[in-house]
Amino acid sequence: MSEISLTVNGKRVSGAAEDRTLLVHFLRENLGLTGTHVGCDTSQCGACVIHVDGKAVKSCTMLAVQASGSSVVTIEGLADGADLHPMQAAFKEHHGLQCGFCTPGMIMAATDMVNRHPEGLDEATVRAELEGNICRCTGYHNIVKAILAASETMSSKGKDKQAA
Amino acid sequence: MGIEGVGARVARKEDKRFITGAGRYVDDMVVPGMKHAAFVRSPHAHAEIKKIDVKKAQAMPGVIGVLTGKELKADGIGNIICGWMIHSKDGSPMKMGAWSPLAFDRVRYVGDAVVVVIAETKGQARDAAEAVDISYEELKAVVDAPKALERSAPQIHPEADGNLIFDWELGDSAATNAAIKAAAHITRMKIVNNRLVPNAMEPRAALGHYDKAEDHYTCWTTSQNPHLARLVMSAFYNVAPENKLRVIAPDVGGGFGSKIYIYPEEIVCLWASKKTGVPVKWVADRTESFLTDAHGRDHVSTVEMAFDKDNRITGLKVDTIANLGAYMSLFSSCVPTYLYATLLSGQYDIPAIHANVRAVYTNTAPVDAYRGAGRPEATYLLERTMETAARELGVSPAELRRKNFITSFPHQTPVIMNYDAGDYAASLDAAMAAADYAGFAQRKADAASRGKLRGIGMSCYIEACGLAPSAAVGSLGAGVGLWESAEVRVNAAGTIEVLTGSHSHGQGHETTFAQLVNQRFGVPIDSVSIVHGDTDKVQMGMGTYGSRSGAVGMSAVAKALDKVEAKAKKIAAHLLEADEGDIVIENGALKVAGTDKQVPWFQMALAAYTAHNLPGGMEPGLKETSFYDPSNFTFPAGCYVCEVEIDPETGVTEVVQFVAADDFGNIINPMIVEGQVHGGVAQGIGQALLEGTRYDASGQLLTASYMDYAMPRADDLPSFKVSTSNTPCPGNPLGIKGCGEAGAIGSPPAVINAITDAIGITDIAMPASPSTVWAAIRATKH
Repeated sequence: MSEISLTVNGKRVSGAAEDRTLLVHFLRENLGLTGTHVGCDTSQCGACVIHVDGKAVKSCTMLAVQASGSSVVTIEGLADGADLHPMQAAFKEHHGLQCGFCTPGMIMAATDMVNRHPEGLDEATVRAELEGNICRCTGYHNIVKAILAASETMSSKGKDKQAA
Repeated sequence: MGIEGVGARVARKEDKRFITGAGRYVDDMVVPGMKHAAFVRSPHAHAEIKKIDVKKAQAMPGVIGVLTGKELKADGIGNIICGWMIHSKDGSPMKMGAWSPLAFDRVRYVGDAVVVVIAETKGQARDAAEAVDISYEELKAVVDAPKALERSAPQIHPEADGNLIFDWELGDSAATNAAIKAAAHITRMKIVNNRLVPNAMEPRAALGHYDKAEDHYTCWTTSQNPHLARLVMSAFYNVAPENKLRVIAPDVGGGFGSKIYIYPEEIVCLWASKKTGVPVKWVADRTESFLTDAHGRDHVSTVEMAFDKDNRITGLKVDTIANLGAYMSLFSSCVPTYLYATLLSGQYDIPAIHANVRAVYTNTAPVDAYRGAGRPEATYLLERTMETAARELGVSPAELRRKNFITSFPHQTPVIMNYDAGDYAASLDAAMAAADYAGFAQRKADAASRGKLRGIGMSCYIEACGLAPSAAVGSLGAGVGLWESAEVRVNAAGTIEVLTGSHSHGQGHETTFAQLVNQRFGVPIDSVSIVHGDTDKVQMGMGTYGSRSGAVGMSAVAKALDKVEAKAKKIAAHLLEADEGDIVIENGALKVAGTDKQVPWFQMALAAYTAHNLPGGMEPGLKETSFYDPSNFTFPAGCYVCEVEIDPETGVTEVVQFVAADDFGNIINPMIVEGQVHGGVAQGIGQALLEGTRYDASGQLLTASYMDYAMPRADDLPSFKVSTSNTPCPGNPLGIKGCGEAGAIGSPPAVINAITDAIGITDIAMPASPSTVWAAIRATKH
């Protein structure tokens, strides 16, 4: 067992976990943050994507102890209080989800994608960058639409901030 | 249409919880004292169990119980059954082999559950499962259905001689043979429909909780139809009487058919909870899902299509071998029979059809309904054959189809179905226009100048949804009725709860069902709650599959709304001192038509519950129920056009354009309908290009992870061009046909027709992976 302490969604948390415990299981079972999902055993599906120190990470590829001292954001911490993150709002507006199981990972991966492409996104780039996230419901059509729309909103918000 | 009414593109109510991580799936459930199960599964495709030694496992840290099939049998838990009786053409009933939830004498496929371990943590349960020692004596296995019918094949179940479950036929053999004999042209093909793994993104899971104080069981399960799960587990598996068993299907992460059935794991978790005295949770990992979720398709067929000298189809003869895997899953028998052969007329006027279907046991995972269920197999067979016929006859594929379209309705086919309405030429025209079919030759030439092979293919599908009426499906062998229930509760302050037996696992019922209520009463959709997925809340229902929730489930809601409306109008008429025939409902109020007299909806509701001033003899309250049994199937139909570009150097196929023109009848929410088509088409393109389930000859599943089974990813697919036409369905009060499966039904033949067109060959196996396509191109050069 190891003692693990980290920041999750802005709060300091700590707990004990077996050394073999994956970060995704620590989040779900120790912290009760069940928005992060497990959809496969091989780090292929991306349902478990979270942000670790500002970067998208598949939380099934990381041991909980490796995350000790890190700052983690999960789907539960993405919205600003009652205000949805533009990516969350875009997924709803463009019907980018059906069963909702892959959605948290999609949204976390997509926000990271926008952040990594300050120059903006096009459809081909979005599709290529979604390689690590599998959805079985939507055929990706509306997910791609949602990400492109959110990318516009996020960059105009960024510009507003710069202007202010 | 109001902004939230029928036909409006309303954003989904349920999205809020999913996009914020607040959805609640079975694996998110925690019950005090809950422990974890791990299953020990057969590593062999076919073997005798000689000895099971659990002593070492029992002594492992955290272990609470290690339970076997013998103990399960001793407690009277029943075998898993198939609920649809099929009789062979000689009149004998299908030969169903025994399927114990935990195998105790023989295992029949890799993944067959043998022992369950219950431990404090998931990790401890898995560690102890590794320590269970089972001695097997391996037997010869067979994975291929035609081979399972050979004399030398191993016998899988004693009940099914030669592994033949049934040998069934439909249609007129003599008339069909005569048509073939007299034909001016016959197109003959061998058609293989590849085995698929459904792969809902949420793996299956079950949480069983036995409450000693109440002598009562609760089961949280990833089910598309919790009421059916309760009924079957109670009536057939002897888990608990219905009044002592509550089944809850909370948020469910996709189903596509694979979550219709009742699997060993939920039965075992409930039984083990009583046995060990603790709540027991099991969650599949992805490899367990690949091994044990019911697979789909896996047909091998031959077809002969006869034409007269004017290129009209005169007969169709089909012979199919359907692989049902190691055990008969719940609805496995109806998929290659009544959901398949009954659709072999397609959109065409075919005077004589005969189909023979042999269903076969093999040492593979059970096969059952997967998105489309029988209809994709029929459509693939028919539309590949039509395309090939057009090429052989030297006529346009579109015009050959058009010439043979059914144009007057109702139309009785030779294979049971009575098509009620449709306009197949409208869909064909719409698809060809959207695809710029006329401009294809130019695009092909452009592609050639870039060294690419470009092809175009189409598919005109018809399917049948909302299986019904119950008496008819009963006469065909169904063990259940296929109606749906609804209860509409108007609360005292006017908000509304709709309880439905349909179950949403991605379809958006919380929004579309509320739109229907909004349309009728003007109540905002935020004031309408849809309650589903819990046998303690909803009395009875048949669940969601076969694109039935709109046509059947919402029709039940509409019928209950009729009753609510009638009573509400009586109350309003009494309050307004008017004739109830003069009351209309508009903008959230009940009004006397042509006057300014009105009572707001909420005030009428309050009056129903205060009961201070109701019409004489009227009972207080406002709550109505409906059990709706449709009069016929519904018949969605459409035309899909696929255009591909192939790189001959690598064999990589790019879908450069995909057009879907569907007729779904009336539509409640176009945004959700389009989403259903997108998802279905993606699965169909997946079947055609990517997804192949491979067992080796010994029965090991080689494609048991996302490293090995190619799921469609975003960069495998284009954006789709979808449109609908709307010929209302005359068979239900809403005119809805159903849209959940069409995409998966219509798309595979369009893709393969495009690829064979591009390469200039007759056939190619699905999935047409780069290596398969590359080899096919090479073969044309030698």
